[in-house]
Amino acid sequence: MNNVLLRVEDLHKRFGDLEVLTGVNMTLDRGHKTAIIGPSGCGKSTMLRCINFMETPSAGHVFLDGELFGEKKSGDKYVRMSEKELATQRAHVGMVFQGFYLWPHLSARDNVAIGPMKVRGMDKREANELADAMLEKVHMSHKVDEYPERLSGGQQQRVAIARALAQQPKLMLFDEPTSALDPELIGEVLNVIHELANEGRSMVLVTHEIRFAREVADRVIFLHDGIVVEEGPPDRVIDNPEHERLRGFLRQIVEH
Amino acid sequence: MGAFFQQLIDLGGPLLLGAGTTVAITLASLLVAIVLGLLLALIRLLGITPLNWIIAAYVEVFRNTPVLAQVFIIYFSLPYLGLSIDPFPAAVIGLGLNGGAVLCEIFRAGLNAIHHGQREAALAVGMTPWMSLRYIMLPQTWRITLPPLGNYAIALLKDTAVVSAIAAPEIMFWARNLVTSTFQTTFVYILAALLYFCLSFPLARLVERFERRQRAWQ
Ligand SMILES: Nc1ncnc2c1ncn2[C@@H]1O[C@H](COP(=O)(O)OP(=O)(O)OP(=O)(O)O)[C@@H](O)[C@H]1O
Ligand SMILES: [Mg+2]
Repeated sequence: MNNVLLRVEDLHKRFGDLEVLTGVNMTLDRGHKTAIIGPSGCGKSTMLRCINFMETPSAGHVFLDGELFGEKKSGDKYVRMSEKELATQRAHVGMVFQGFYLWPHLSARDNVAIGPMKVRGMDKREANELADAMLEKVHMSHKVDEYPERLSGGQQQRVAIARALAQQPKLMLFDEPTSALDPELIGEVLNVIHELANEGRSMVLVTHEIRFAREVADRVIFLHDGIVVEEGPPDRVIDNPEHERLRGFLRQIVEH
Repeated sequence: MGAFFQQLIDLGGPLLLGAGTTVAITLASLLVAIVLGLLLALIRLLGITPLNWIIAAYVEVFRNTPVLAQVFIIYFSLPYLGLSIDPFPAAVIGLGLNGGAVLCEIFRAGLNAIHHGQREAALAVGMTPWMSLRYIMLPQTWRITLPPLGNYAIALLKDTAVVSAIAAPEIMFWARNLVTSTFQTTFVYILAALLYFCLSFPLARLVERFERRQRAWQ
């Protein structure tokens, strides 16, 4: 059986005149974790958002589990899927944002349960049980009835992770999940992500936490000026970088 | 003293009847205004330029002309197009169109107050754009817009007085009739004002409660 879960092929993304991605390739095997690092504005978020078609790539293709993602082939042309078809595919990809984006009118449990209910048509009791189980995974069982405004940033992000887990996704995308957090709250979120990684989940993780990337990821991609400048296992990319730009980037991060 | 009460009953009866019509016009126009305003606000979200212009023009025209003129134009002009129209529906259409313009802006502000990340998070879990609107955006919009919506309803209740000008049988219409027949000008208008107060005051308290609750949410 083919072990490739995600394949990103020659991805380009342009915003008007600004070329953000100019031909990015990556492959993620099932159960593997790739960390994307790179300076601010180099297109890390854009790349992640193109993977689940939150942004439509200007060129290139994404394949999830062997299937073309977000597009359909008609003849030899590729056309974007309808929003409905796209939603069905996105349900297989969990996404965790830098800004959490919990829905403030719903309790922690409802934030997690509403997706399974509305997207998969699960009944309320079953969805609540699933939500409680996912909240337990992120160590938030004591706050299931709390509303987002009454949770700390770290707690909100953990609920957001539970919300993505409830999709029972094939792939998890994390976009700088700890960048918006106070330093003392970063640990609890990284711990949760670490535990998920140990369960053998497949993930793509954009992060500035280099030490964390080295612990969790089996592959690191250094993105710069819209292309992959260097990639490989963390002990090579992080400990023995080849490119001067990557060395400069790592030095800068260590100094902070 | 007995004469006073007799007078109160003679004048109060028709005014109360008018109050029923005032409430009916208010509720019907409010319904038209909410449906229209929400629809227009949602269409504007689609970002289709020509439609945006049309809606923006509609909003500006209706917000920058007197509602009395709008009601007159509907009541007196539609018959020229071969559509005769009664005062009551003319009043509801006029106030409803006017309210649609006001509420379009209120709903738009409410929708724009929600961070776009909320919608993205909804799409990310596999919701369709419609689901994200239905389960994520609209419930929050509703919360945000409830106080301004309530204030609009209070203003509307009092604005219905203008439709007495096309003889819709509401409070002010009856008041004017009673004044012509009894010459009790001051007494009749004080009674009429009192009726508006009795309708409006509880509504104002309700809006205040919404506002307090909203502050607690934030
Ligand atoms: N919707 C958009 N419209 C126009 N330009 C955009 C848009 N989204 C991103 N950009 C631009 O694309 C470039 C890459 O942005 P992106 O958010 O992908 O960077 P990043 O690597 O995630 O940076 P950071 O580390 O600061 O999060 C930036 O110059 C940004 O201003
Ligand atoms: Mg980013």
